[in-house]
Formats: sequence, structure tokens, C-alpha cells
Amino acid sequence: MTEKPLTIDNEQISLLEKLCNAVGVSGCEGEIRKIIFAELESVADEIKVDALGNVLVTRLAHTGTKPLRVMLDAHMDEVGFMIVADEGEGLYSFETVGGIDERQLPGKPVWVGSEHIPGVIGAKPIHLVEPEERLSAISKSSLRIDIGPGGAGKVKVGDYAAFATNFMQIGPSLRGKALDDRLGVATLIELVKHAPANVTLLVSFAVQEEIGGRGARVAAYSFDPNLAIAVDSTPAFDLPREDNEENTVYNCRLGAGPAIYLSDAGTVSDPRLIRLITQTAEALSIPYQFRQPGGGGTDAGAIHKVRAGIPSVSISIPGRYAHTANLLANTGDWQNTLQLLHAVLEKLTPSVLAGERD
Amino acid sequence: MKEIIQKLVAIPGPSGFEGRVRDAIQNEVKPYADSVQIDALGNLIVTKGKKSANGKRIMLAAHMDEIGVIATHIDKKGFVRFSNLGYLFARNCMAAHVSFLNGARGVVNGDHLEDASKLHSLDQFFIDVGATSPKDCPVKIGDVGVFERPVIDLGKRLISKALDDRIGCAILVKAIQQIKESPNELVFVFTTQEEVSNRGATPAAYRVDPDLGLAVDVTDVGDTPTGKMEVSLGKGPAIKVKDGGMIADPRVVRWMTDTAEKAGIPYQMEILLGGTTDARTIQLTRAGVPTGCLSIPTRYIHSPAEMIDLEDVENSLTLLLDLLRNPVEIK
Repeated sequence: MTEKPLTIDNEQISLLEKLCNAVGVSGCEGEIRKIIFAELESVADEIKVDALGNVLVTRLAHTGTKPLRVMLDAHMDEVGFMIVADEGEGLYSFETVGGIDERQLPGKPVWVGSEHIPGVIGAKPIHLVEPEERLSAISKSSLRIDIGPGGAGKVKVGDYAAFATNFMQIGPSLRGKALDDRLGVATLIELVKHAPANVTLLVSFAVQEEIGGRGARVAAYSFDPNLAIAVDSTPAFDLPREDNEENTVYNCRLGAGPAIYLSDAGTVSDPRLIRLITQTAEALSIPYQFRQPGGGGTDAGAIHKVRAGIPSVSISIPGRYAHTANLLANTGDWQNTLQLLHAVLEKLTPSVLAGERD
Repeated sequence: MKEIIQKLVAIPGPSGFEGRVRDAIQNEVKPYADSVQIDALGNLIVTKGKKSANGKRIMLAAHMDEIGVIATHIDKKGFVRFSNLGYLFARNCMAAHVSFLNGARGVVNGDHLEDASKLHSLDQFFIDVGATSPKDCPVKIGDVGVFERPVIDLGKRLISKALDDRIGCAILVKAIQQIKESPNELVFVFTTQEEVSNRGATPAAYRVDPDLGLAVDVTDVGDTPTGKMEVSLGKGPAIKVKDGGMIADPRVVRWMTDTAEKAGIPYQMEILLGGTTDARTIQLTRAGVPTGCLSIPTRYIHSPAEMIDLEDVENSLTLLLDLLRNPVEIK
């Protein structure tokens, strides 16, 4: 590598904290946009907001006559809620935005609206629950967000709400509500600040990933890149099984390094890019893992089909308990992901894509 | 025709890994093509002819990929857990032979089920490749494979894996080889990743920017003991009216039926309830493209033993050549 490997220190952690405590549910990513602008306005060659709200950052190459145009994508949005009816006395019914398992909602504190008004998703206390009620999950339609009678009128139908979880660093671990995908956002901010000279970086901080890669699609059309890397967070379910049998469906493992996507429900990753990434990791002894092929998806699913097709791959930072109020990630995985991406960018040349796809 | 079909079905090409199929097709068509391109997603784009005053740029699409498997985990005893590439019926997996692109081979079997009347779900299957531990296992996470099954030649009919859609590829190969004169610019696209939602055809159609689109793919039939659909094996190519993802352009449908009538080629009308083809994505490209689909009636689609009728295949080729040879009037 041409410079000292990038590291995750206090500066990066406090940026992540700021990003993670901000609220940016799909379709309402303004708070995140603001932080990104503050960080990158002075280092970007161009920074703008497109029609859908994506932040599009260009960092030009400084060497070569025809440098590769490399799109990096991380999504700004997080899963959350939308207020759909005001039922008086500070009680509101709501819908989920993005994939949320309704069974884990009762009792969770939330922040509502642009003022982050504190509320709670209430549930019937156990004292009053009939034995047969306990056998079934509590339905979303029976749940309300309660901001208390003092809050009546402060919230409007259409307002967003997010899990009210303050970011924490716990030893080697990172815990927060929106690490999916503020970890990716923070990673790309670092990469723009320390951009390798050999490629032109086209960075999309995308909106509306959690509801179907909607922002990334138009961002890719704007950029029209030679290749794309989506940087996201993927669930680690590396927990022991109740029956002590081997866990064969862990998706990926915490602490085992960046999770490289081979195939998910939206993309079969470009094998040429997979080879470059794994060879780079091995040459630098950066640990990595393959995310188990299967379902799920990232912005790459939208990006790779844009215009005449864009070779694409995804790399994710593993996180336990994704799409709940608390996601748990590992600082080492984050640093390894950052270092791997930086090294891969440095190694990218047109020859990587010169041969045909497998 | 039989020869090219047999050649193409034998080559493994699960969705996203169609390179070997592409190489074989490229060898067949290169001497007959004006240009051959391979795009970012691996689509093979073969152009023939120029658009004359009364001609159109016509995009033909047949997909190279077949249903496959991808390894997700090697357990401590060396068994391979897997996920699907494309819509794989779990019930077809039991005892199937699998061949990986890296050369490894194995057999599928399933976890012990307490209730023997139940079917295994996909995650309850594993592939036994003869290994005893992850160390000696020739398969790693992400390795891809296909179902292996020899072709059975029944004379008038063929049974094989991957007829969906190597049969379409074979017909397009023959069309490229046989067509001489056309007022149309013909762009034959052998697409990738159709089985995982037409991912290859989407950017290919954007690049080609055609005036008219036509997919050549398989369709279901209803002539099995309890089948219900109005398409049969042996009654000619099926002209798609509608499927789960597309309503074919009625003008394209008329162009196809008129051409078949005029030439006395038997045909059937197809209304497929579920599933779709590359035609869907061509139709929705850019500002929209008049698009249809020529379907080859096929039994047991997405199983490792699909069946087609060779007379249907010959009639499909004849109809296709007739469609492409003449000026197209879309009305």
C-alpha cells in the first residue's frame, strides 16, 4: 500500500456515533445528508443532492489518462416507522418502513418526527394478559406509539419514527440502532477523505435501500460507472443452536472480517471482482469471509442492471441483530473492511475487467 | 438440430456462470455474424444484417443460464449445504446427481425427517461429494453446480436437463446460420441470469435499443394426465398472449399468427398463468418496445428431465425464419 493503512480510531468512532444517533428512516434521510455534507464538502471535487435525495460525491483520479470510474455505494436510510393515524391523547398507530419483525416491537422506545419526540411502543402488561394470549405474537395493528398526553398534537400523520437507541462502544463492539448502514456511510466518508489517486471515485450515499434499492438505481444511472461496490451491513447469526448441532445457517460470523457477497436474492456478484478482492485480502493478510449465498440483497441488485450493465459486488460489515433496536458489530471487522476496500481501490485497473465474465 | 441441442444441454451454465455455454455458442455463430460482443453481465450479442428503409432493429433473446445450486456451507463431516440459483423445486432434488463447475460431483440427499410423509425443504438437503471433512471437501462456499442427467432420445421427443432454455439458444443458433437476406437488423442476444429475474436481458435490451423484441423460450403444457393448460406437445410453437409478467403486444401477436397462417405452420396460443421470460424486460426497456415471445412447449420445466417435441422445434425455427426474413408490419 502506498500509505499507512487506514485505521478506526476515536475520530472515526465519534463520526459513526453521530451518524448512528441521527434519524434517517427510508424517504427521510435529511439528517444524514447534513452530516455527510459537513464531512465531505471541503474534500470532494463535486458534491450534490439528486432528485431522490441521494448524495452524489465525485473524487477525481490524479493519475492516469483514462482512469476507471468506480462507484461506491452505501445507503443512508434505516428501517423505522411511519405514523398513520392520530388516535388522540398522544397515541398513534403506525406502519413499519423496511423489513422489521413485528414480534420484537412491544416495549421499544422510539423517537418521533423531526424533533425526536420520545415515545414508546406500548404493550399490555403481563398482569392483564390471558394465558391463551401468550401463545400468539402481538400484532402490529394492536400496537400504538405512545408519546404521552402532553405530546398530543406534536406529531402529525406522515411523520417518521425510529428506534430510540443511543450508540455505544463496548470494548471491541459497536452497538447502535442504525449501524445498517451508517457503518457503510462512515466507511465511504473515510475512503473519500483518503481516496487513492488511481481511480475516480463516484460515491453514492443512497436513499431508500431498505424499501428496494430505489435510490441506488438512479444514482448508478447518473454516474454511469465502469464498476460498482456496494458497502453494507449483513446479519451475523453465528449463535449456538439450542440442540448443540452445527449451525449451518449463520449467514456470516462476527469478527471473521468483511463479508464478501457471492450471490444473494438480487445479484450474482461479478467473479472478476471477487477474485481481485480475495487476492488483495490474501496478499495483505486481511481476514475475510464469504457471506453464505442465498436471500437478502443490497443496492448492488439495483445498480448492476442499470444502463448497459455494471459489474458489481457487495462487501458488508457483519452485524448481529440487524433491523432491531440494537445492532451489534465489531470494530475489527469495520477496520478490516475499510482497509480491504482501500487496497482494492488502489489495485483496480482496466485490466481487471478486460477478460469476459465467467 | 438434434445435434446442436444435445451439445448445448450438456454444458453446465447456472445463472451468473454461463461462460462455457457462451463459448460454445460463439463458436457456432461467429462465422455467420457481422459482429459479436460480450457485455458487462456476460450476455452474448450477435448482430447480423443492416436495417433497410422498410426494416426494423429486432432483438431476439434466448437465455443461456439454467437452474443451479450454490454451496452455502461445508459441515464438519464434509457434506455440502446449498442454496438455489433460479427457481428450484425442492421435490426434484432428492437423489439428484450434481456436477460442480470445478469438477466435483455428488449426490443430493436429505436430513432424517420424523414424519416420512413430509417433503424436504431446500435447507434440509445436502450434497454428498464423498468428503469426510471440510478439509478434504472439493467444494467451497460459493462453488456452483448443475443437475446432471443424460439425454434420452425418444426419436420424436427428447428428455434432458436445461432444455429451458438451450432449446431457445439452439433455435437462435440455427437461425443465425440459416438466414441469408433480411431487410431487418437482427440482434440475437444469448442472455445471462434469466432464471433469477431476467437480469441479463435488462441491460442488454438497453444497449441494443430495439424497435421490436422477441424472446424464444420454453412454456408449460397441459397435456399431462392432470394438466390444465391449453398448450400441448407436438401441436406447434406457442405464440404467447400473456404470462405472469407480460401482456404480449397484440400487434406482435398478429404478426406472428399471420405469418404462421400464411406459411401453413401449426401454432398454438399461449396464456401462461405464472412465470415470465426475457420478453418482459425487453418490453419495459427505455421508452418501451413492442415485444412478443415464441415459446417451445415443454413438459416438466425446471426439473432435471424436461421434455420437448422435435417437430415443435423445427416448426419454431421455420416460423422464426419466416418472421425475420421479411419486412415487419406492426399493425
